[in-house]
Amino acid sequence: MTLAGGPVIPNFGSGSSCEVTNGWFCTDWVRQHWSDTLQPALVQHIELTVIAVAAGLAIAFALALAGFRYRLLDPPIGFVSDFLYTIPSLALFQILLPVTGISVLTVEIALVSYTLLILYRNMIEGLRAVPAEIVDVARGSGFTRIQTFTRVELPLALPTILAGLRIATVSTVSIATVASFVVAKGLGAPIFTALEQDVFKTEIFAAGGMVVALALVADGLLVLLQRALTPWTRSGRPA
Amino acid sequence: MPGQAAELVFDEATKQYEGRDEAAVDHLSLTVRAGEICVLVGPSGGGKTTALRLVNRLIPLTSGDIRIDGTSILDQDVVRLRRGIGYVIQQVGLFPHMTVEANIGTVPRLYGRPRAWIRTRSAELLELVGLDSSYAKRYPAQLSGGERQRVGLARALAGNPPLMLMDEPFGAIDPIVRARLQDAFLALQKEVRKTVVFVTHDIDEAIKVGDRIAIFRRGGRLAQYDTPQAILERPADEFVAEFVGADRALKALALHTLAELDLGAPAGGPPCPRTSTVRDALALMLQMDAQKLAVTDERGVVVGSVTREQLLS
Repeated sequence: MTLAGGPVIPNFGSGSSCEVTNGWFCTDWVRQHWSDTLQPALVQHIELTVIAVAAGLAIAFALALAGFRYRLLDPPIGFVSDFLYTIPSLALFQILLPVTGISVLTVEIALVSYTLLILYRNMIEGLRAVPAEIVDVARGSGFTRIQTFTRVELPLALPTILAGLRIATVSTVSIATVASFVVAKGLGAPIFTALEQDVFKTEIFAAGGMVVALALVADGLLVLLQRALTPWTRSGRPA
Repeated sequence: MPGQAAELVFDEATKQYEGRDEAAVDHLSLTVRAGEICVLVGPSGGGKTTALRLVNRLIPLTSGDIRIDGTSILDQDVVRLRRGIGYVIQQVGLFPHMTVEANIGTVPRLYGRPRAWIRTRSAELLELVGLDSSYAKRYPAQLSGGERQRVGLARALAGNPPLMLMDEPFGAIDPIVRARLQDAFLALQKEVRKTVVFVTHDIDEAIKVGDRIAIFRRGGRLAQYDTPQAILERPADEFVAEFVGADRALKALALHTLAELDLGAPAGGPPCPRTSTVRDALALMLQMDAQKLAVTDERGVVVGSVTREQLLS
């Protein structure tokens, strides 16, 4: 259905020869549509991810506090987060649509539920791995229960918690692409548009590449955060 | 913050865990005088660590009482009580995420001391336990076992507590470093004069470190509480005699140094510092197959001599 002399995709670009022949990657198109398509999609994608991870972190932390303090609560919380994790994202959207409708909320609920398993498990494991002797010394030195938690247990669990945060963030960046099944937001949106319009390769590669780049940058930033927050983990024995 | 040294009294202190026939600590009554080191020693399951942990209420008493300078531990806020008691455990007890300085500053920080004060105090304490001030910014993972234990000691002293609880503090350390730490600890104790309760399973360590030794038997009962000398010379019963070992006469020799003897005129023979114990001097004599030792002072100058007969009498 290619029209001679016109662009493959109506209303897209001026129709350079690359676009007309649906070449592998048309830099012209990317340059022309950075500000009206790609950049807004990137910003939305970051928003979707940050909100999902932040909410996931807050919820997982509250659950971990409960599961750590009251061991009996751990198996049920673990089971629910396991269960949520196993629901395919498209199915979860279908389940949520009648309740929360075609909205960002639907997307966020799904994204948050996928972060819970990783974040919760790592928090619990990190807190449990704090050596009993260290807690004993803290209590014996006169730390209150809260001080023991905030000054000893939580900081010592931080490397494990941050490792979980990295996995959760990277996977949320990736899963958020599917959000455009529900709302036209994020880097998934240009990918879907391109798929609908004769598989416009440039747009798929550009948006897809940005998802990958965003994941790598987010991971890199979290590594820096990890180094800043846990300086003791890098201190080996001096030579 | 708390002051000098306190008297510690166990008054029929008992810990009975539910569902167990034997008590963990059974009607323990003993008094640790202010400024003395009391070593709790005995077989595992003898209740010595339990007795120690009763004092800072990490384990609650079932019955009886424990008083520090006349005040029952039960009449004090538990957090406040613990901040007033130095606590040292085996080498794993340092906070791995804190620098040496922050570790030492643990209790002063709980008291709300300003940062600058803590820095000065931690430098003082590092010096006191024989570590260079350059250690302040290191993390525990960067220290050797012996260094960690010194920091642990400094941390326990930071709040200037009148009472210290030490649970096998040198247990996980190799024998050479352990001996050095024991010496450092005893030298330190001469300066700070705290009341110390010290748990060990090693009778030799108990004899070396303790002003008084409390020997526990299974079931958390006190078998004997006396000075090392009295325990070695007059064990209360079969159990104590067996626990201190068949070589108790030899061990008793470790309680005295050459400096305490009437030395003969300076003479030849293998040199031996006068700070050595009689036991070490005898070992040297046997090893060198000598009848006489030349006793030297701190600078290595020969100040006298000692014979085998003298050491054995």
